[in-house]
Amino acid sequence: MKILVGYKRVVDYNVRIQVKPDGTGVVTDGVKLSANPFDDIALEEALRLREKGVADEVVVVGIGPADLTAHLRNGLAMGANRAIHVVTTDSVQPLTAARIFQKLIEKEQPGLVILGKQAIDDDANQTGQMLAALWDRPQATFASKVEIADGKATVTREVDAGLEVIEAELPAVITTDLRLNEPRFIKLPDIMKAKSKPIDSIEFASLGVEANDHLKTTHYAAPAKRSKGVMVKDAAELVAALKQKGLL
Amino acid sequence: MIKILVIAEHLDGKLNSSTARAVSAAAAIKPEAIDVLVLADNVDAIAAEAAKIEGVSRVLTIARAENAHPLAAVLAPQIAKAAAGYSHVFAPSTTFGKDVLPRVAALLGVAQVSDVMSVEGTHSFKRPIYAGNAIITVEADANTTVVATIRTASWAAAATGANNAPIESLSIDVALPSHTRFVELQSGKSDRPDLQSASKVVSGGRGVGSKENFDIIFKFADKIGAAVGASRAAVDAGYVPSDLQVGQTGKIIAPELYMAVGISGAIQHLTGIKDAGTIVAINKDGEAPIFEIADIGLVGDLFKIIPELEHAIG
Repeated sequence: MKILVGYKRVVDYNVRIQVKPDGTGVVTDGVKLSANPFDDIALEEALRLREKGVADEVVVVGIGPADLTAHLRNGLAMGANRAIHVVTTDSVQPLTAARIFQKLIEKEQPGLVILGKQAIDDDANQTGQMLAALWDRPQATFASKVEIADGKATVTREVDAGLEVIEAELPAVITTDLRLNEPRFIKLPDIMKAKSKPIDSIEFASLGVEANDHLKTTHYAAPAKRSKGVMVKDAAELVAALKQKGLL
Repeated sequence: MIKILVIAEHLDGKLNSSTARAVSAAAAIKPEAIDVLVLADNVDAIAAEAAKIEGVSRVLTIARAENAHPLAAVLAPQIAKAAAGYSHVFAPSTTFGKDVLPRVAALLGVAQVSDVMSVEGTHSFKRPIYAGNAIITVEADANTTVVATIRTASWAAAATGANNAPIESLSIDVALPSHTRFVELQSGKSDRPDLQSASKVVSGGRGVGSKENFDIIFKFADKIGAAVGASRAAVDAGYVPSDLQVGQTGKIIAPELYMAVGISGAIQHLTGIKDAGTIVAINKDGEAPIFEIADIGLVGDLFKIIPELEHAIG
């Protein structure tokens, strides 16, 4: 079985995001970029399924400009067999990303597609669900445990009410939650090995997917700040303060 | 004409309060009609609750055995069909809405606006990105259906009781897939208030130290009638189950009182509590970032302070 893994590059989760003073965007120049943490988890899960013998090939997919190859090399160093780079300099919204994956699926015929549940830049949490709809296949979102056997995935999902278990016939789309696994670190020899692994570049325009910014972002603003609070010296003062506010 | 379809969230035959919050967001658009769609196996009790929400024009029901559990692959084709004639389709931005609504949007061939914080116009909305570190204004295409999830912490629940909206059953002719099946829901049922709708929440973090130590948080929460939450660090360490996680990738909440105990306050956590009325931080590290957004801070050892608080409350 082949597994396709979405591997997005985002602003590193430790960076404190600054909104540009003119409201046209956030500052990304010179900011550290990393793999979307949920996508690292997706790749790790795919690699573990390969190591268990459930899968035989893991393909990482990235969508972005020419310099995205360095990021895809990280995915290869982590252990993916090969990479597909859909080349575009435009920003890609979730519906377009889902349509791109749909095109790649037609060609690659994977048994499983694993994506992060959300990217930590736009926090949209949509692409996996949209892809499953377009592909007309099952979706198992927010996965914290995945078992593959007899042509189906049994997936434990982190939902508001607790943990939900569902069965999904393959092929299917799984999106990852935080507790699914702990991604491995990349070792130096693997970085060397990754240099010889193939990256297929595909021009976005050649896929026949409509380029469309479905949602227009007209303004960026910093969030409203909470006003500075007070410090109390002990428990009695705290209780008094809360009673005064009518909270206790 | 602006007509909004709100997808009802429910569990065990009861309407979730997130539905009334989504109705509030719909009302902010001042539409001609707000209809609530209930998909379930037994719809009657849920529909009756939805009919009482102020601002609801009609409650539409689709009762099918396949709708017993909220499987996105099963619900989405029915919602997409029912959406015909509506300008907007809303659902709460809970794990339910996040799961099903993008699937609806893709079936309709439209984008989705996730986590609507405010309504700026019929097709213009504010939403958070980068864990709430930037707020963007987005314009949806005026020629297609607007599909949006509603950030529940940003909206008070619409009042309930005075309304008596008519309830109508819909017959939707659509084939439903059998490729996805519900197995079970492992729910940490408790008598404590629900984390997402509680007026008071006490959360513990890595500073609590262990699963056993977390009892001190539960005990204190029970004392003041609060729900219990946790930081990602506490969940990752196995102190408490994942459904207690508060933050960017967990639950986004807006209680009147939020007490962060032994939580340092990573930005991913802070984004989940920014809308709380009063934030209290108790931490032994006076430099912890949680104190930057806390309304009331107390530096010290939580294992000493919590018993003192209990004593002082009496």
